[in-house]
Amino acid sequence: MDINQRYTPQSWPEHPETATMEGKNKFIGFWLLLAAETVTFASLFATYLALKDKGPSGMEFSAAGLFELPLVFAMTMILLTSSLTSVYAMYHMKNHNFKAMQAWLGITVLLGATFLGLEIYEFNHYVHLGFGYTNSAFSSAFYTLVGTHGAHVLFGLSWFIALMLRNAKRGLNMYNAPKFYLASLYWHFIDVVWVFIFTVVYLMGVIG
Amino acid sequence: MSSIAQKKGFGATIWDFMTTVDHKKIAILYLISGGFFFLVGGIEAMMIRIQLAKAGNDFLSAGLYNEIITMHGTTMIFLASMPILLAFMNAIMPLQIGARDVAFPFLNSLGFWLFFFGGIFLNLSWFMGGAPDAGWTNYASLALASEGHGIDFYTLGLTISGFGTLIAGINFLVTIINMRAPGMTYMRMPLFTWTTFVASALILLAFPPLTVGLFFMVFDRLFGASFFAVEMGGNTIIWEHLFWIFGHPEVYILILPAFGIFSEIFAIFSRKRLFGYTALVFATILIGFYGFMVWAHHMFTVGLGPTANAVFALATMIIAVPTGIKIFNWLLTIWGGSISFTTPMIYAVAFIPSFVAGGVTGVMQAIAPLDYQLHDSYFIVAHFHYVIVGGVVLAILAGTHLYWPKMFGTMLSEKLGKWTFWFFFIGFHLTFFIQHFLGLMGMPRRVYTFGADQGWDLFNAISSAGAIFMAIGVIILLVNVVMTTIKNERVGNDPWGDGRTLEWAIPSPPPFYNFAQTPLVRGLDSFWIEKMEGNKKGMIFAEPLGDIHMPNNSFIPFVMSLGMFVASFGALYFLDGDKPWALAVLVIGLLITFGSMLVRSLKDDLGFHITKAELLKDAKGGNTDGH
Ligand code: HEM
Ligand SMILES: [Cu+2]
Repeated sequence: MDINQRYTPQSWPEHPETATMEGKNKFIGFWLLLAAETVTFASLFATYLALKDKGPSGMEFSAAGLFELPLVFAMTMILLTSSLTSVYAMYHMKNHNFKAMQAWLGITVLLGATFLGLEIYEFNHYVHLGFGYTNSAFSSAFYTLVGTHGAHVLFGLSWFIALMLRNAKRGLNMYNAPKFYLASLYWHFIDVVWVFIFTVVYLMGVIG
Repeated sequence: MSSIAQKKGFGATIWDFMTTVDHKKIAILYLISGGFFFLVGGIEAMMIRIQLAKAGNDFLSAGLYNEIITMHGTTMIFLASMPILLAFMNAIMPLQIGARDVAFPFLNSLGFWLFFFGGIFLNLSWFMGGAPDAGWTNYASLALASEGHGIDFYTLGLTISGFGTLIAGINFLVTIINMRAPGMTYMRMPLFTWTTFVASALILLAFPPLTVGLFFMVFDRLFGASFFAVEMGGNTIIWEHLFWIFGHPEVYILILPAFGIFSEIFAIFSRKRLFGYTALVFATILIGFYGFMVWAHHMFTVGLGPTANAVFALATMIIAVPTGIKIFNWLLTIWGGSISFTTPMIYAVAFIPSFVAGGVTGVMQAIAPLDYQLHDSYFIVAHFHYVIVGGVVLAILAGTHLYWPKMFGTMLSEKLGKWTFWFFFIGFHLTFFIQHFLGLMGMPRRVYTFGADQGWDLFNAISSAGAIFMAIGVIILLVNVVMTTIKNERVGNDPWGDGRTLEWAIPSPPPFYNFAQTPLVRGLDSFWIEKMEGNKKGMIFAEPLGDIHMPNNSFIPFVMSLGMFVASFGALYFLDGDKPWALAVLVIGLLITFGSMLVRSLKDDLGFHITKAELLKDAKGGNTDGH
């Protein structure tokens, strides 16, 4: 693989992410990693469900009383939109349109950062109500599940930003195309996990 | 082989190993560290048996005894058996599929260093205030009550080394999926490659639940969470589930590669194609699949209810079926073969009755009502040592003799090898057979002593005597290794004379690019096929001789793992109050890790090429070390 080889939209392969052996390896390895991540989140969800509303005797907090849907719904829409914008970015990646890809990735990062900001605001709000991490088994399970997702968002954002800065001057090549592709795959995964969190933690929580 | 390597100074060799991304060198690292931890765990075992040799003994105190059994189990499973199997996977599997390298050489090295630092961290507990003492299963009710930092060494150490193992698993999976030589279809893969594949899939899916459980434990003990703290609404059974959802697949992560090694041995030394290759492959896959559906057989006495117990009891009994299929296939491979009783073959033959005994007690324990009697007694100890020592450890010893020439280019002495075998084998049965009866007589497991009036003296004394035999066997093996290394008599490609698979078609040890030309595989046992057709080269080639692309060495995996190691000390002392520097240590450690990760992702690392001219020079017996 020659990193200095210049491509045009015409000479750019249809699937740049798997056009090289390295790309193919990364592609499969990353899907396997996502399988492991899925099991990780499954364990966290199971624990959350087992510990939901459980606390020391006389605990005042419950999912039904604590969570409010409007903010969380807004967060959900923002994150879903950011998944869509990362799809646009990959569309331009496949067409070898570097500028447009960077622009859409930039929008994705902004949306992701907004989501993260709102999550921090939400956590801060709960803590002020007295629902801290050490409050109960319920709070430990809640913060660990949602916080682990938040840490993934943070990692995904840092990954996008590092890739965008590193390649800002040199554009797309066979070496970085798989990296962009995998970062956006990771972003979709984070999004799917959030859909489950929204459903299992918040929707089912508010319903009671 | 590698003339340059021999001229290299000691420091340069160390540096080479610290930065290597060559799967064959990483294999040697795994073998040495795994072997070291095997000795540590063995010494702990000897101390246990000394303490139990007679009634009312005071060789160890009760508390120290708990620490020693905990560390013995944890060390043997996570730091000895698994890494030694990973050593063979690294050394042999890529050669068996005709690959020049693994899919992720950098991550391969990272996986090793994470395991290594995790293991060191765990064992430092001995010198830093006491080892973990809640058993290798670390049940939350015991672990949360344990004073000092022993348990934290356990959780943090296993978290780090667990990441390493997960990375190794992903690497092997992708290697097998993507890097097979032309013609190496899935149903032509040697059995050891197949078992590596399935064991890696189990690693991929079984380690995350353990990691999650360990994280919960870390948060509970160090950061004030209450997943398992009942008075705060927590639930200790969650730990048991997470642990065994990992724990039962884990025993198959250990035994499947062992099955793989024995399958190779039976075919080689019976000079026959494996009987029922297809059945063996599907039995392997089936065992891997069922392995995830039986975990609660470790929890029959928890009180999950009769329905749950019945379901898990049945699932557990079903798993014995594919295992039985394998046993019969091996027997029929030996049947009518032209057998040579080399050291590996003796181990393989001895493995069959030993492992079957362990399987039979396993099915007994699967009968839930009976398990109420057997649970937590010495019967359980006898069972899992029959499967783990009679299966996994015998495979490790057999594999050491079988693959030593391929890894080091010299042949272990057959004579000493047989001495090791007889001491170890007799000692093994002497130690553990009688423990079945101790269990039936009511001796509980994990007790540090017993009374003279309980009638367990004689059997315990016999059991301890057996342990001495095993220790002698291991010492003879060490002598064998030292003598073989000093003699340094180099061997050729196929030192056993009857190799069947690709690894025996290339030099021992292989050049660092393994295959100058990628082989073309024409069937199962491809080296054997070429031999039978009189092909002197041992293989036909899928490509003309040309430039080869190889990855660069890197120091980053070592630094990244070191960062995790440092950060763990910070986490460990975080809540201690009198140690304000803990937070700084935690942050510095994480900065080292993430910083080196960033360097890795920002710096292009494109590897280098070996030219055709160099390859031709190599073929004439020059330097094959590369650097
Ligand atoms: C025929 C296949 C097997 C069956 C039916 C079986 C069944 C069982 C059952 C029911 C238990 C729980 C007993 C109790 O604690 O009350 C058990 C424990 C255990 N088994 Fe097996 N087993 C089988 C094979 C294996 C293999 C292949 C290994 C390892 C290579 C293994 C390793 C263990 C270990 C380590 C424990 C004890 C765990 C502990 O409590 O510390 N088993 N087995
Ligand atoms: Cu089990």
